[in-house]
Amino acid sequence: MSRVVIVGASVGGLKTAQALRGEGFEGEIVLIDQEHHPTYDKPPLSKKYLMGAAARHEIELLSERETQGIGALSIFGSPAASLDADRKVVTLEDGAAVPYDTLVIATGSRARRSPWGEGEHIHLLRTSGDAERLRDELATTRHLVVIGAGFIGGEAAATAIMAGVRVSMVDPFPAPMSRVLNAEVGQIFSRKYAQEGVEEYFGRTVEGVEQTTDGVRVVLDGGEIIEADAALVGIGAVVNTEWLESSGIELDNGVVCDSTLRAIGHPEIFAVGDIARWASASRNVSLRLEHWTNAVDQARVAAHNIAHPDDCEDYETTEYVWSDQYDWKIQVVGRTGTDDIVVIGSEENQRFAVLYSEDGEALTGALVVNWPRALVDARRAVAARTDRAEIAARLTGDAARPVTPAL
Amino acid sequence: MARIIADRSACQGYANCVVAAGDYFDIDDDALVIVLREDLPDSERKRVEEAARSCPVSALVVED
Repeated sequence: MSRVVIVGASVGGLKTAQALRGEGFEGEIVLIDQEHHPTYDKPPLSKKYLMGAAARHEIELLSERETQGIGALSIFGSPAASLDADRKVVTLEDGAAVPYDTLVIATGSRARRSPWGEGEHIHLLRTSGDAERLRDELATTRHLVVIGAGFIGGEAAATAIMAGVRVSMVDPFPAPMSRVLNAEVGQIFSRKYAQEGVEEYFGRTVEGVEQTTDGVRVVLDGGEIIEADAALVGIGAVVNTEWLESSGIELDNGVVCDSTLRAIGHPEIFAVGDIARWASASRNVSLRLEHWTNAVDQARVAAHNIAHPDDCEDYETTEYVWSDQYDWKIQVVGRTGTDDIVVIGSEENQRFAVLYSEDGEALTGALVVNWPRALVDARRAVAARTDRAEIAARLTGDAARPVTPAL
Repeated sequence: MARIIADRSACQGYANCVVAAGDYFDIDDDALVIVLREDLPDSERKRVEEAARSCPVSALVVED
Protein backbone atom coordinates (compact mmCIF):
# COMPACT_ATOMS: atom_id res chain seq x y z
CA MET A 1 0.00 0.00 0.00
CA SER A 2 1.42 3.40 -0.89
CA ARG A 3 2.35 6.14 1.56
CA VAL A 4 1.65 9.85 1.19
CA VAL A 5 3.84 12.08 3.36
CA ILE A 6 2.52 15.61 3.90
CA VAL A 7 4.98 18.13 5.30
CA GLY A 8 3.06 20.97 6.96
CA ALA A 9 -0.14 20.35 8.97
CA SER A 10 -1.82 23.71 8.69
CA VAL A 11 -4.81 24.28 6.41
CA GLY A 12 -3.18 23.14 3.13
CA GLY A 13 -1.71 19.93 4.54
CA LEU A 14 -4.70 18.92 6.66
CA LYS A 15 -7.22 19.56 3.92
CA THR A 16 -5.11 17.51 1.50
CA ALA A 17 -5.18 14.59 3.94
CA GLN A 18 -8.94 14.95 4.35
CA ALA A 19 -9.53 15.22 0.60
CA LEU A 20 -7.38 12.13 -0.04
CA ARG A 21 -9.78 10.08 2.09
CA GLY A 22 -12.66 11.72 0.24
CA GLU A 23 -11.09 10.43 -2.99
CA GLY A 24 -11.05 6.91 -1.52
CA PHE A 25 -7.30 6.77 -0.90
CA GLU A 26 -6.71 3.89 1.51
CA GLY A 27 -2.93 4.03 1.86
CA GLU A 28 -0.91 5.43 4.72
CA ILE A 29 -0.89 9.20 5.38
CA VAL A 30 1.91 10.75 7.44
CA LEU A 31 1.64 14.37 8.62
CA ILE A 32 4.80 16.22 9.65
CA ASP A 33 4.99 19.68 11.23
CA GLN A 34 7.58 21.68 13.14
CA GLU A 35 4.98 22.92 15.64
CA HIS A 36 3.86 20.66 18.48
CA HIS A 37 0.19 21.60 17.97
CA PRO A 38 -0.04 22.84 14.38
CA THR A 39 -3.63 21.93 13.52
CA TYR A 40 -5.27 25.28 14.20
CA ASP A 41 -6.81 27.78 11.83
CA LYS A 42 -4.89 31.00 11.24
CA PRO A 43 -7.53 33.64 10.27
CA PRO A 44 -8.89 33.88 13.87
CA LEU A 45 -5.40 34.65 15.23
CA SER A 46 -5.70 38.34 14.35
CA LYS A 47 -9.40 38.54 15.23
CA LYS A 48 -11.41 36.60 17.81
CA TYR A 49 -8.50 34.54 19.17
CA LEU A 50 -6.47 37.72 19.65
CA MET A 51 -9.52 39.33 21.26
CA GLY A 52 -9.74 36.43 23.74
CA ALA A 53 -13.20 35.56 22.39
CA ALA A 54 -12.25 32.03 21.25
CA ALA A 55 -10.45 29.28 23.15
CA ARG A 56 -7.69 27.17 21.61
CA HIS A 57 -10.00 24.20 20.95
CA GLU A 58 -12.42 26.49 19.11
CA ILE A 59 -9.89 27.32 16.40
CA GLU A 60 -9.02 23.73 15.50
CA LEU A 61 -9.24 23.13 11.74
CA LEU A 62 -10.82 19.69 12.09
CA SER A 63 -13.20 18.12 14.57
CA GLU A 64 -12.05 15.04 16.49
CA ARG A 65 -14.31 12.94 14.33
CA GLU A 66 -12.78 14.34 11.15
CA THR A 67 -9.26 13.78 12.47
CA GLN A 68 -10.11 10.17 13.33
CA GLY A 69 -11.63 9.72 9.90
CA ILE A 70 -8.31 10.63 8.29
CA GLY A 71 -6.36 8.21 10.48
CA ALA A 72 -2.98 9.80 9.75
CA LEU A 73 0.27 9.18 11.58
CA SER A 74 1.26 12.57 13.01
CA ILE A 75 4.90 13.50 13.64
CA PHE A 76 4.72 16.94 15.25
CA GLY A 77 7.37 19.06 16.92
CA SER A 78 10.36 18.38 14.66
CA PRO A 79 10.82 20.37 11.44
CA ALA A 80 11.67 18.73 8.15
CA ALA A 81 15.37 19.43 7.62
CA SER A 82 15.99 18.10 4.12
CA LEU A 83 14.54 16.23 1.17
CA ASP A 84 16.27 13.54 -0.88
CA ALA A 85 14.06 13.51 -3.98
CA ASP A 86 16.00 10.65 -5.64
CA ARG A 87 15.72 8.25 -2.70
CA LYS A 88 12.28 9.66 -1.77
CA VAL A 89 13.08 10.38 1.86
CA VAL A 90 12.34 13.37 4.11
CA THR A 91 14.79 13.78 6.98
CA LEU A 92 13.67 15.61 10.11
CA GLU A 93 15.78 17.85 12.30
CA ASP A 94 15.80 15.20 15.02
CA GLY A 95 17.38 12.77 12.53
CA ALA A 96 14.31 10.64 11.74
CA ALA A 97 14.08 9.53 8.09
CA VAL A 98 10.59 9.31 6.60
CA PRO A 99 10.31 7.55 3.21
CA TYR A 100 7.42 8.37 0.90
CA ASP A 101 5.83 7.23 -2.33
CA THR A 102 4.09 10.59 -2.80
CA LEU A 103 5.18 13.82 -1.10
CA VAL A 104 3.01 16.88 -0.49
CA ILE A 105 4.92 20.04 0.37
CA ALA A 106 2.75 22.35 2.48
CA THR A 107 5.27 24.14 4.69
CA GLY A 108 3.71 27.52 3.90
CA SER A 109 5.24 30.77 4.94
CA ARG A 110 6.26 32.60 8.11
CA ALA A 111 6.06 36.22 9.22
CA ARG A 112 8.83 38.38 7.84
CA ARG A 113 11.07 39.28 10.77
CA SER A 114 11.45 42.81 12.02
CA PRO A 115 14.44 44.43 10.30
CA TRP A 116 14.57 46.84 13.27
CA GLY A 117 15.47 44.25 15.85
CA GLU A 118 13.46 42.18 18.26
CA GLY A 119 12.44 42.44 21.87
CA GLU A 120 9.89 41.56 24.50
CA HIS A 121 7.49 44.29 23.38
CA ILE A 122 8.08 43.94 19.61
CA HIS A 123 5.65 41.40 18.18
CA LEU A 124 5.02 39.36 15.05
CA LEU A 125 1.69 37.65 14.34
CA ARG A 126 1.65 34.34 12.50
CA THR A 127 1.36 31.39 14.90
CA SER A 128 -0.97 30.69 17.81
CA GLY A 129 1.99 31.34 20.14
CA ASP A 130 2.47 34.79 18.58
CA ALA A 131 -1.23 35.53 19.04
CA GLU A 132 -1.14 34.44 22.70
CA ARG A 133 1.85 36.69 23.44
CA LEU A 134 0.21 39.67 21.75
CA ARG A 135 -3.13 38.96 23.44
CA ASP A 136 -1.41 38.98 26.86
CA GLU A 137 0.38 42.20 25.94
CA LEU A 138 -2.88 43.89 24.89
CA ALA A 139 -4.31 43.23 28.35
CA THR A 140 -1.96 45.85 29.82
CA THR A 141 -0.93 47.93 26.81
CA ARG A 142 -2.29 51.46 26.55
CA HIS A 143 -0.66 52.32 23.22
CA LEU A 144 0.24 49.92 20.39
CA VAL A 145 2.14 50.88 17.25
CA VAL A 146 1.23 48.75 14.23
CA ILE A 147 3.93 48.78 11.55
CA GLY A 148 2.47 47.69 8.22
CA ALA A 149 -1.08 48.45 7.07
CA GLY A 150 -1.86 45.22 5.26
CA PHE A 151 -4.42 42.59 6.27
CA ILE A 152 -2.65 41.45 9.46
CA GLY A 153 -1.89 44.99 10.60
CA GLY A 154 -5.39 46.19 9.78
CA GLU A 155 -7.08 43.32 11.63
CA ALA A 156 -4.83 43.46 14.69
CA ALA A 157 -5.30 47.24 14.88
CA ALA A 158 -9.08 46.80 14.76
CA THR A 159 -8.93 44.16 17.51
CA ALA A 160 -6.77 46.42 19.68
CA ILE A 161 -9.02 49.46 19.15
CA MET A 162 -12.09 47.40 20.05
CA ALA A 163 -10.25 46.32 23.22
CA GLY A 164 -9.80 49.98 24.16
CA VAL A 165 -6.12 50.26 23.22
CA ARG A 166 -4.77 53.41 21.56
CA VAL A 167 -3.35 52.48 18.15
CA SER A 168 -0.87 54.24 15.88
CA MET A 169 -0.35 52.77 12.43
CA VAL A 170 2.64 53.29 10.13
CA ASP A 171 3.05 52.32 6.48
CA PRO A 172 5.30 53.63 3.70
CA PHE A 173 2.35 53.68 1.27
CA PRO A 174 0.05 56.73 1.39
CA ALA A 175 -2.98 54.58 2.28
CA PRO A 176 -3.65 51.20 3.94
CA MET A 177 -4.10 47.96 1.97
CA SER A 178 -2.20 49.59 -0.91
CA ARG A 179 -0.42 46.43 -1.99
CA VAL A 180 -3.76 44.77 -2.75
CA LEU A 181 -6.09 47.65 -3.64
CA ASN A 182 -5.39 50.71 -5.73
CA ALA A 183 -4.61 54.06 -4.07
CA GLU A 184 -8.10 55.56 -4.40
CA VAL A 185 -9.68 52.54 -2.69
CA GLY A 186 -6.96 52.55 -0.04
CA GLN A 187 -8.21 56.03 0.91
CA ILE A 188 -11.63 54.55 1.77
CA PHE A 189 -9.88 52.41 4.37
CA SER A 190 -7.80 55.35 5.57
CA ARG A 191 -11.04 57.27 6.27
CA LYS A 192 -12.52 54.27 8.06
CA TYR A 193 -9.45 53.75 10.26
CA ALA A 194 -9.38 57.45 11.19
CA GLN A 195 -13.08 57.34 12.13
CA GLU A 196 -12.39 54.38 14.38
CA GLY A 197 -9.65 56.33 16.14
CA VAL A 198 -6.46 55.00 14.55
CA GLU A 199 -3.66 57.57 14.54
CA GLU A 200 -2.32 57.33 11.01
CA TYR A 201 1.25 57.72 9.84
CA PHE A 202 0.81 56.72 6.19
CA GLY A 203 3.43 57.56 3.60
CA ARG A 204 6.00 57.39 6.41
CA THR A 205 8.92 55.01 6.80
CA VAL A 206 10.25 53.49 10.00
CA GLU A 207 13.90 54.30 10.69
CA GLY A 208 14.17 52.23 13.85
CA VAL A 209 12.36 50.53 16.70
CA GLU A 210 14.02 50.80 20.11
CA GLN A 211 13.01 48.73 23.07
CA THR A 212 12.97 50.85 26.24
CA THR A 213 12.67 49.69 29.85
CA ASP A 214 8.89 49.61 29.71
CA GLY A 215 7.92 49.93 26.05
CA VAL A 216 9.08 50.90 22.57
CA ARG A 217 10.16 54.01 20.69
CA VAL A 218 9.40 53.95 16.97
CA VAL A 219 11.55 56.41 15.04
CA LEU A 220 10.08 57.68 11.76
CA ASP A 221 11.69 59.40 8.78
CA GLY A 222 12.50 62.97 9.70
CA GLY A 223 13.21 61.94 13.28
CA GLU A 224 9.64 61.97 14.67
CA ILE A 225 9.27 59.49 17.52
CA ILE A 226 6.18 57.50 18.57
CA GLU A 227 6.44 56.43 22.22
CA ALA A 228 4.30 53.37 22.95
CA ASP A 229 4.03 50.29 25.13
CA ALA A 230 4.35 47.74 22.34
CA ALA A 231 4.77 47.35 18.58
CA LEU A 232 3.42 44.83 16.10
CA VAL A 233 5.42 44.31 12.91
CA GLY A 234 3.14 43.07 10.10
CA ILE A 235 5.21 43.43 6.97
CA GLY A 236 4.40 40.30 5.02
CA ALA A 237 5.46 36.68 4.86
CA VAL A 238 8.43 34.64 3.64
CA VAL A 239 8.06 31.12 2.17
CA ASN A 240 9.52 28.21 4.12
CA THR A 241 11.65 26.67 1.36
CA GLU A 242 15.03 26.47 3.16
CA TRP A 243 14.69 22.74 3.88
CA LEU A 244 14.30 22.09 0.14
CA GLU A 245 17.39 23.97 -1.01
CA SER A 246 19.64 20.90 -1.25
CA SER A 247 16.92 18.70 -2.81
CA GLY A 248 17.42 19.75 -6.41
CA ILE A 249 13.72 20.50 -6.94
CA GLU A 250 13.10 23.80 -8.66
CA LEU A 251 12.50 26.75 -6.32
CA ASP A 252 11.60 30.33 -7.21
CA ASN A 253 10.13 32.08 -4.17
CA GLY A 254 8.08 28.89 -3.70
CA VAL A 255 8.10 25.38 -5.18
CA VAL A 256 7.80 25.60 -8.96
CA CYS A 257 4.91 23.38 -10.11
CA ASP A 258 3.17 22.56 -13.36
CA SER A 259 -0.51 23.31 -13.94
CA THR A 260 -1.52 20.21 -11.92
CA LEU A 261 0.48 21.23 -8.79
CA ARG A 262 3.28 18.72 -9.41
CA ALA A 263 6.86 19.86 -8.83
CA ILE A 264 8.65 20.21 -12.17
CA GLY A 265 10.40 16.95 -13.08
CA HIS A 266 9.01 15.10 -10.03
CA PRO A 267 5.53 13.69 -10.74
CA GLU A 268 5.40 12.18 -7.22
CA ILE A 269 5.90 15.56 -5.47
CA PHE A 270 3.07 18.09 -5.06
CA ALA A 271 2.91 21.50 -3.43
CA VAL A 272 -0.16 23.23 -1.93
CA GLY A 273 -0.86 26.50 -0.16
CA ASP A 274 1.37 29.55 0.28
CA ILE A 275 4.44 27.68 -0.94
CA ALA A 276 3.06 26.49 -4.31
CA ARG A 277 4.07 28.49 -7.37
CA TRP A 278 2.11 26.90 -10.17
CA ALA A 279 1.72 27.54 -13.88
CA SER A 280 -1.86 28.61 -14.51
CA ALA A 281 -2.91 26.95 -17.74
CA SER A 282 -5.71 29.42 -18.53
CA ARG A 283 -3.82 32.61 -17.67
CA ASN A 284 -0.43 31.49 -18.96
CA VAL A 285 1.38 32.93 -15.94
CA SER A 286 3.01 31.55 -12.82
CA LEU A 287 1.07 32.36 -9.65
CA ARG A 288 1.56 32.00 -5.91
CA LEU A 289 -1.23 32.98 -3.50
CA GLU A 290 -1.22 33.31 0.28
CA HIS A 291 -4.96 32.82 0.75
CA TRP A 292 -6.97 30.39 2.89
CA THR A 293 -9.40 29.47 0.10
CA ASN A 294 -6.55 28.93 -2.34
CA ALA A 295 -4.95 26.41 0.05
CA VAL A 296 -8.23 24.49 0.41
CA ASP A 297 -8.92 24.46 -3.33
CA GLN A 298 -5.37 23.34 -4.09
CA ALA A 299 -5.68 20.59 -1.47
CA ARG A 300 -8.74 19.26 -3.30
CA VAL A 301 -7.01 19.26 -6.70
CA ALA A 302 -3.74 17.80 -5.38
CA ALA A 303 -5.66 14.99 -3.64
CA HIS A 304 -7.60 14.27 -6.82
CA ASN A 305 -4.39 14.16 -8.86
CA ILE A 306 -2.67 11.87 -6.34
CA ALA A 307 -5.62 9.47 -6.33
CA HIS A 308 -6.24 9.66 -10.09
CA PRO A 309 -2.85 10.04 -11.81
CA ASP A 310 -4.40 9.13 -15.18
CA ASP A 311 -7.03 11.87 -14.93
CA CYS A 312 -5.08 14.90 -13.67
CA GLU A 313 -6.90 18.22 -13.26
CA ASP A 314 -5.33 21.61 -13.87
CA TYR A 315 -5.59 23.91 -10.87
CA GLU A 316 -7.55 27.05 -11.74
CA THR A 317 -8.81 29.64 -9.29
CA THR A 318 -10.37 33.03 -8.81
CA GLU A 319 -8.54 34.79 -5.99
CA TYR A 320 -10.63 35.26 -2.86
CA VAL A 321 -9.58 36.67 0.48
CA TRP A 322 -11.52 38.21 3.33
CA SER A 323 -10.81 40.46 6.27
CA ASP A 324 -12.96 41.43 9.25
CA GLN A 325 -12.19 44.89 10.59
CA TYR A 326 -14.43 46.84 13.01
CA ASP A 327 -17.99 46.41 11.67
CA TRP A 328 -16.78 45.80 8.12
CA LYS A 329 -16.82 42.41 6.43
CA ILE A 330 -14.30 42.98 3.67
CA GLN A 331 -14.03 40.56 0.76
CA VAL A 332 -11.63 40.78 -2.14
CA VAL A 333 -12.24 38.80 -5.33
CA GLY A 334 -9.97 38.40 -8.36
CA ARG A 335 -7.38 41.06 -9.17
CA THR A 336 -7.81 44.49 -7.63
CA GLY A 337 -4.77 46.52 -8.62
CA THR A 338 -5.97 48.42 -11.67
CA ASP A 339 -7.10 52.08 -11.49
CA ASP A 340 -10.15 51.45 -13.71
CA ILE A 341 -12.86 51.18 -11.08
CA VAL A 342 -16.61 51.67 -10.63
CA VAL A 343 -17.90 52.19 -7.08
CA ILE A 344 -21.49 51.16 -6.31
CA GLY A 345 -23.47 51.20 -3.08
CA SER A 346 -22.70 53.64 -0.30
CA GLU A 347 -19.55 54.14 1.74
CA GLU A 348 -21.61 56.22 4.18
CA ASN A 349 -24.07 53.34 4.74
CA GLN A 350 -21.10 50.98 5.01
CA ARG A 351 -22.33 48.73 2.23
CA PHE A 352 -20.51 49.12 -1.06
CA ALA A 353 -18.52 47.40 -3.76
CA VAL A 354 -15.65 48.46 -5.99
CA LEU A 355 -15.67 46.80 -9.42
CA TYR A 356 -12.32 46.54 -11.22
CA SER A 357 -11.74 45.94 -14.91
CA GLU A 358 -8.35 45.38 -16.52
CA ASP A 359 -9.66 45.80 -20.07
CA GLY A 360 -12.48 48.28 -19.48
CA GLU A 361 -15.14 45.63 -20.19
CA ALA A 362 -14.94 42.39 -18.21
CA LEU A 363 -15.15 42.32 -14.42
CA THR A 364 -11.69 41.15 -13.31
CA GLY A 365 -11.80 42.00 -9.62
CA ALA A 366 -14.02 43.31 -6.83
CA LEU A 367 -13.82 44.64 -3.32
CA VAL A 368 -17.05 44.06 -1.38
CA VAL A 369 -17.92 45.49 2.03
CA ASN A 370 -20.95 44.23 4.03
CA TRP A 371 -22.84 43.13 0.92
CA PRO A 372 -23.45 39.36 0.62
CA ARG A 373 -25.37 39.49 -2.67
CA ALA A 374 -22.60 41.49 -4.31
CA LEU A 375 -20.01 39.00 -3.07
CA VAL A 376 -21.78 36.01 -4.63
CA ASP A 377 -22.41 37.86 -7.90
CA ALA A 378 -18.84 39.16 -8.08
CA ARG A 379 -17.27 35.75 -7.45
CA ARG A 380 -19.33 34.22 -10.25
CA ALA A 381 -18.86 37.18 -12.59
CA VAL A 382 -15.07 37.36 -12.21
CA ALA A 383 -14.79 33.63 -12.88
CA ALA A 384 -17.01 33.99 -15.99
CA ARG A 385 -15.50 37.34 -17.11
CA THR A 386 -18.99 38.87 -17.20
CA ASP A 387 -19.32 42.46 -18.43
CA ARG A 388 -18.73 44.87 -15.57
CA ALA A 389 -21.55 47.15 -16.77
CA GLU A 390 -24.02 44.26 -16.52
CA ILE A 391 -23.03 43.34 -12.98
CA ALA A 392 -22.97 47.01 -11.92
CA ALA A 393 -26.52 47.54 -13.20
CA ARG A 394 -27.81 44.44 -11.43
CA LEU A 395 -26.17 45.36 -8.13
CA THR A 396 -27.22 49.00 -8.30
CA GLY A 397 -30.81 47.73 -8.22
CA ASP A 398 -29.98 45.61 -5.19
CA ALA A 399 -28.22 48.56 -3.52
CA ALA A 400 -31.45 50.57 -3.63
CA ARG A 401 -33.06 48.16 -1.18
CA PRO A 402 -32.90 48.97 2.55
CA VAL A 403 -29.80 47.86 4.41
CA THR A 404 -30.13 45.19 7.04
CA PRO A 405 -26.94 45.17 9.07
CA ALA A 406 -25.48 41.68 8.72
CA LEU A 407 -23.45 42.00 11.91
CA MET B 1 -29.85 9.13 1.78
CA ALA B 2 -27.29 11.53 3.24
CA ARG B 3 -28.42 14.94 4.47
CA ILE B 4 -26.78 18.35 4.57
CA ILE B 5 -26.80 20.09 7.95
CA ALA B 6 -26.00 23.81 8.06
CA ASP B 7 -25.18 25.71 11.24
CA ARG B 8 -26.53 29.17 10.50
CA SER B 9 -25.22 30.52 13.80
CA ALA B 10 -21.68 29.70 12.67
CA CYS B 11 -22.07 30.93 9.06
CA GLN B 12 -20.18 34.12 8.24
CA GLY B 13 -21.26 34.50 4.63
CA TYR B 14 -17.95 33.72 2.94
CA ALA B 15 -19.87 32.02 0.10
CA ASN B 16 -17.27 29.35 -0.63
CA CYS B 17 -20.08 26.75 -0.60
CA VAL B 18 -22.09 28.77 -3.13
CA VAL B 19 -19.14 28.93 -5.50
CA ALA B 20 -18.37 25.21 -5.06
CA ALA B 21 -21.97 23.93 -5.32
CA GLY B 22 -24.41 26.68 -6.24
CA ASP B 23 -27.16 24.12 -6.88
CA TYR B 24 -27.11 23.14 -3.19
CA PHE B 25 -26.21 26.40 -1.40
CA ASP B 26 -27.01 30.10 -1.52
CA ILE B 27 -26.66 32.92 0.99
CA ASP B 28 -29.40 35.34 1.99
CA ASP B 29 -29.31 39.11 2.52
CA ASP B 30 -28.15 38.61 6.09
CA ALA B 31 -25.11 36.72 4.76
CA LEU B 32 -26.37 33.38 6.11
CA VAL B 33 -26.30 30.11 4.24
CA ILE B 34 -29.45 28.65 2.72
CA VAL B 35 -29.49 24.94 1.90
CA LEU B 36 -31.46 24.65 -1.33
CA ARG B 37 -31.77 20.84 -1.21
CA GLU B 38 -31.16 18.92 2.02
CA ASP B 39 -31.28 15.40 0.61
CA LEU B 40 -28.07 14.34 -1.00
CA PRO B 41 -27.92 11.47 -3.49
CA ASP B 42 -24.73 9.39 -3.40
CA SER B 43 -23.77 10.54 -6.89
CA GLU B 44 -23.48 14.15 -5.63
CA ARG B 45 -21.95 13.37 -2.27
CA LYS B 46 -18.26 13.88 -3.10
CA ARG B 47 -18.83 17.29 -4.69
CA VAL B 48 -21.01 18.54 -1.83
CA GLU B 49 -18.58 17.22 0.80
CA GLU B 50 -15.83 19.17 -0.95
CA ALA B 51 -18.02 22.27 -0.80
CA ALA B 52 -18.56 21.66 2.93
CA ARG B 53 -14.82 21.33 3.50
CA SER B 54 -14.26 24.69 1.82
CA CYS B 55 -16.27 26.47 4.54
CA PRO B 56 -13.86 28.64 6.56
CA VAL B 57 -15.94 28.26 9.74
CA SER B 58 -16.96 24.59 9.38
CA ALA B 59 -20.65 25.48 9.30
CA LEU B 60 -21.60 22.60 6.96
CA VAL B 61 -21.76 18.88 7.68
CA VAL B 62 -22.90 15.96 5.54
CA GLU B 63 -24.54 13.29 7.69
CA ASP B 64 -25.77 9.79 6.96
